[in-house]
Amino acid sequence: MHEPHDGLGVAGQADDVILSVEDLAVHFPLGGGLLGRSRRLLRAVDGVDLRLKRGECLGLVGESGSGKSTVALSILGLLTPTRGRIVLDGQVVTNRQSGDRKALARTVQMVFQDPYASLNPRQTVRRTLEDPLRVHGVTAASEIEDRVATMLRHVGLRPEQSGRYPHEFSGGQRQRIGIARALILNPRIVICDEPVSALDVSIRAQIINLLLELKDTLGLSYIMISHDLGVVEHMSDKVAVMYLGRIVENGGWREIFERPAHPYTQALIAAIPDPLHHAPLATTGGDLPNPLNPPNGCAFSPRCRHAEDVCRHEPGPMLETRPDGHAVGCWRSEEIAGQAALASSDGRLNFP
Amino acid sequence: MTGAPLIEVQDLRIDLHDGSRRVAAAEGVSFRIDRGETFGLVGESGCGKSITALALIGLLRPPLSIGNGVIRFEGNQIQHLSAARQRELRGNRIAMIFQEPMTALNPVSPVGRQIAEMFVLHKGKSWREANRLAVEALANVRVPAPERRVHDYPHQLSGGMRQRVMIAIALACGPDLLIADEPTTALDVTVQAEIIELMRNLCAERGTAILMISHDLGLVANVCRRVAVMYAGRIVEERGSADIFRAPSHPYTQGLVDSLPRLGSRAALGRSRLKEIAGVVPAITNFPDGCRFNPRCAQATNICRTVVPETDLLSAGGLVRCHHHA
Amino acid sequence: MKLRANLIIGGALFALAILVGLLAPWLAHTDPVLDANLMNAEEPPSWTWWFGTDDQGRDIYSRVVYGARVSLTVGIVSQLINSVIGVALGLSAGYWGGWWDDVVNGLTNVMLAIPSLIFALAIMAVLGPGLTSLLIALGLTNWSFTCRIARASALSLRSQGYVQAATVLGYGDLRIMITQLLPNMLGPIVVIGTLGMGSAVLSEAALSFLGLGVRPPFPSWGSMLSDARDQITTAPWLSVFPGLAIFLTVLGLNLLGDGLRDILDPQSRSRRT
Repeated sequence: MHEPHDGLGVAGQADDVILSVEDLAVHFPLGGGLLGRSRRLLRAVDGVDLRLKRGECLGLVGESGSGKSTVALSILGLLTPTRGRIVLDGQVVTNRQSGDRKALARTVQMVFQDPYASLNPRQTVRRTLEDPLRVHGVTAASEIEDRVATMLRHVGLRPEQSGRYPHEFSGGQRQRIGIARALILNPRIVICDEPVSALDVSIRAQIINLLLELKDTLGLSYIMISHDLGVVEHMSDKVAVMYLGRIVENGGWREIFERPAHPYTQALIAAIPDPLHHAPLATTGGDLPNPLNPPNGCAFSPRCRHAEDVCRHEPGPMLETRPDGHAVGCWRSEEIAGQAALASSDGRLNFP
Repeated sequence: MTGAPLIEVQDLRIDLHDGSRRVAAAEGVSFRIDRGETFGLVGESGCGKSITALALIGLLRPPLSIGNGVIRFEGNQIQHLSAARQRELRGNRIAMIFQEPMTALNPVSPVGRQIAEMFVLHKGKSWREANRLAVEALANVRVPAPERRVHDYPHQLSGGMRQRVMIAIALACGPDLLIADEPTTALDVTVQAEIIELMRNLCAERGTAILMISHDLGLVANVCRRVAVMYAGRIVEERGSADIFRAPSHPYTQGLVDSLPRLGSRAALGRSRLKEIAGVVPAITNFPDGCRFNPRCAQATNICRTVVPETDLLSAGGLVRCHHHA
Repeated sequence: MKLRANLIIGGALFALAILVGLLAPWLAHTDPVLDANLMNAEEPPSWTWWFGTDDQGRDIYSRVVYGARVSLTVGIVSQLINSVIGVALGLSAGYWGGWWDDVVNGLTNVMLAIPSLIFALAIMAVLGPGLTSLLIALGLTNWSFTCRIARASALSLRSQGYVQAATVLGYGDLRIMITQLLPNMLGPIVVIGTLGMGSAVLSEAALSFLGLGVRPPFPSWGSMLSDARDQITTAPWLSVFPGLAIFLTVLGLNLLGDGLRDILDPQSRSRRT
């Protein structure tokens, strides 16, 4: 199913890397009047590098406006990058011809956040799952039926339920249908965009367990987008933390969650309330900056308690990769590393 | 009046009129909040937590109505007050902030005017005086450059700033109770932390009690002194926040805590399959008989399927509604 | 309860009109065109001549019954043409956006600025009178409301998760528009279509009244009114009965449209929550 296409060059890649995003930038020009003189540029994503290995789950963490959804849409081919390239399974897919969307669809799929809005209310479950197969050239009725039934069993639904409409299902079941739809074409990579945040708390564990099971049984790789750090820690092998269009920290889950090196990652983790341990929530000071008017220097500097002159004036620090693969983009990460231990001991990262 | 609770709810039932049918969207809801206390109601969508809050301030609208039960504010039954007295109570003594501040703020009025209005309406101030107080109120919720921000319209502010404005409006008249219904669900976590700390500190300074409603166990446990967990229209457990999630007595609370991927637990315990709560959240029109959690409960026995459990007092303090509680 | 009454009365009136048109050969007493007999000219309504006769002695009842065929054909077919044009333009404009959207928007605004009857008159003037010209003229001039509704629906629906999901699954644009967007905007389109049928019936009457409709002697309600113009005081039944037929059909269609809106709208709202 993965025949080469026009416009898709073969790039040399290590075998186990199934997706690599290289220096990705997505800029949106915002209309500035008819004359376009005051036209401004929203740098939604500005120089992002990511690598996803086969069978891994890469957590993509960040707050609204950090650009994590833009990265996802670019990988899915729904946005055209301004700069950089995306290599999927050894094929550069960044400058696709129009016909290649179908090939891309068989490689990357997506599980959506809202199980209510993401299913067509006028289509039965069967239709929702059969149509993609037909679009992708599966014609034998028996094969279609088999694959739909198998997929429904995979996600914990009964094939007899396939004649029903979405509104006849609960939120958790709808998300199972959404997962089935994402997997029906046998993709290699699944982007999960906040897959449990719209679900009831008592249902979330079911869906998280299901996603992890499917990853192992079907040999999938995940990109897990979430603001729920508990979910990300539980599911991810690697984690990338984004802030205002850039990756500020990148590493194995244990590095990120046990030894967060960037002040923003530290602040994010300290801001999560835990049901079992009560401490005042760590506050960072100030709101997220306006992405149209990003701060000079390091984007986090106006909110960072470690910020010094260099942070405020030198343009954003590059990610520096340590020997263990843990990469941090912070001018002062060395000095902070020492202080972080102190700060976490009193559970508080206060803004002075 | 000292010693009496600020607000007391007894055996409240809220009816949902569904055509000719009448179903109890909430029932047997009882709790009290003392002056200056912080109390949390946690539960999933449809468990009745938000409509309970609306009932407290007399804002239930058809098809919802209070079926029976008593709500007392400083000893006076709220339902028996005239519409005018109820209105006076809202805003002045009981204030509320909502999940999405954009829908709660008037989009065509500057935020300063919306705050000042509270002083004019409830405190009888002149507009000049009220405008001065509005700047002060914005300063109190740590909005930078408040004297300029008062002229801004809601859409000019970020989500976090809007929620600060909402808090300024809510606390303008120095209410005795602040009802916060999912106040930070629409916000990012770092902004959430700011807003929560702000709300908590301001209320503590002024002795304002908080009724916080949320689906986020961690948030409620951190903000509130006492927490009640609601499931399918009933309070199933009410405890001090230090204990309720550490040693839950109700299987539902236990299930929630166990099913949560808590930050740090993988590092400490390794990744294991999360414990699931089986089944689905029942719909209001289809609540099961007996204990409403019984179809999803591993400990359920025959009695759970037929008899509604009474609320028992726990020896360690707190209340639980379960036939087999620990 | 009131909502239901709309639907039932409107549906019944419309169904009655269609039945009358379909069963015309069995319901009519005489041939509407051939059975002219000057002996019976201008008889008032009676047991023999239910609705009276015209100046050529033709049975008005039979002519009204046969007239239903023309009026309803024009109403239904021209509105179908309008709906197809409106949905095709509006749906594609809303979904694709860009220059195509600008073009469609401009076209719609022009159409809304010209009174549709005047526009239809101009088309008729070029094509000449007759049923086909009538269908074309009315079918090309009344799609702007449908187009607006379709465009607005497409705009709001295209950001829905399931439309995004279809894009991610590699569906082509046409397939997305037909299988994902169209079924979800059908409610308001049907309502507009029903109301549009009513106004098409009226436009047919107006154009026929002006002598641009179906060629005499074949009856349509509009041309019957037109013929009765001179005898409106001496033989009022000539205009009253076709007028009543138009009135009841249009009333029925409007009630039906209202009723459909009442049952289709809350559904589309509750789907979002």
